[in-house]
Amino acid sequence: MAANAAEAVEALAADFEQRTGHRVTVTVGSTGKLYAQILHGAPFDVFLAADQERPRLLVEQGLAVEGSRLTYAVGRLVLWSPDAEVDAAHTLRAGSFRRLAIANPDLAPYGAAARDALRELGLWESLRSKIVVGENVGHSFTMAASGNAELGFVALSSVLSQGGSYWEVPPDLHRPIRQDAVLLDRAGGTTAARAFHLFLGSPKALATIEAFGFVVDGQRRHLRSR
Amino acid sequence: MDLPELGPLWLSLQLAASATVVLLVLGTPLAWWLSGTRSRLKPVIEAVTALPLVLPPTVLGFYLLLLMSPRSWLGGLWVEVTDTTLTFSFTGLLIASVIYSLPFMVQPLQAAFESLGRGPLEAAAALRASPLDAFLTVAAPLSLRGFLTAAVLTFAHTIGEFGVVLMVGGNIPGETRVISIAIYEHVETLRYAEAHTLAAGLLLFAFVVLVFVYVFNRRLPVHVA
Repeated sequence: MAANAAEAVEALAADFEQRTGHRVTVTVGSTGKLYAQILHGAPFDVFLAADQERPRLLVEQGLAVEGSRLTYAVGRLVLWSPDAEVDAAHTLRAGSFRRLAIANPDLAPYGAAARDALRELGLWESLRSKIVVGENVGHSFTMAASGNAELGFVALSSVLSQGGSYWEVPPDLHRPIRQDAVLLDRAGGTTAARAFHLFLGSPKALATIEAFGFVVDGQRRHLRSR
Repeated sequence: MDLPELGPLWLSLQLAASATVVLLVLGTPLAWWLSGTRSRLKPVIEAVTALPLVLPPTVLGFYLLLLMSPRSWLGGLWVEVTDTTLTFSFTGLLIASVIYSLPFMVQPLQAAFESLGRGPLEAAAALRASPLDAFLTVAAPLSLRGFLTAAVLTFAHTIGEFGVVLMVGGNIPGETRVISIAIYEHVETLRYAEAHTLAAGLLLFAFVVLVFVYVFNRRLPVHVA
């Protein structure tokens, strides 16, 4: 599973184990790396990606079960400052900071979303020299949390349990961070894997995911219709 | 085939050369002291020197991230003096590299100094050479192989640095985006052709460097001044 949803998915796994008696082993990594590992035969049964691209490719390549793709979470991008006194959005526009941490836009969905937002705000070019790039959204969070960058574009799921202050980036400023899960082919037959995959779409699972700072698909539609 | 941009390679060479020079200056006296001392502190200092060999780069990178942060005393002082942050800068990478490559400089030098034995230095002292004089005119020339091995290994090891740079570098082109980071990014974004070019180049470089060290260590005659 992708690193940004680690806490949420570990909670899900624990819940699933309690309900069913099946055992879940969670491997956390970046979506790109896990994707490469699956291509090379890694022994995973269900893949929870941070994007839609990799699960789609796996189905195309015959490594994941056709029709098993589901959006288990939609990430929410926030601009975070570890300092509770700071107005993150205002600081960003004023440019009154040294460093802004984002995830690598070429590698991480949250990074691509952060670049979208900065472009929409007309700040991408002017802030370029202040941007430092983390390997993934967790890394950009660390850069800000350690005080090395005053601001960071991070996942809402990371900052909920932290102090500081954040600005929720309006979803219309960036492409949606839709995270898909897929049942991998080698697991097609095992009941445990199928059960977990089913469980991911259940109301109970969606509630857990939501509690960890994600939008779930139904609510997303609701937000859009407003 | 797309040729990868060579900026990261150039940056890596600059970083490695700078780290080697700094470590020659800092590592030589340390290795010299270690080779001659009977202090009870010696094993402790030796252990500290060897730590970067056994610690995962993530440990080093994590603590450097905290130490160089503007919130810490060191990072804060740096911001006050230079008005720039230490992390995500070339200077920050240089400091990280010096720590990371320390054993590669100190250990070969210490071994070279120890293999000299006391004889040449006692002779120099008997001729009333000052300790510094004895070091510069007797010990250093006799340890030329050690110096060369240490410098080459330090240089090569710094070129190969990855984990620490990933954590404290911030992937800034021309500043902290060194070759290992560029290769990693090429692989992650599935640009395998560029990754191959850089990676194969680095592999060849490392191999040539090591062959050079082994050949040189065998061939070089030792001249006693």
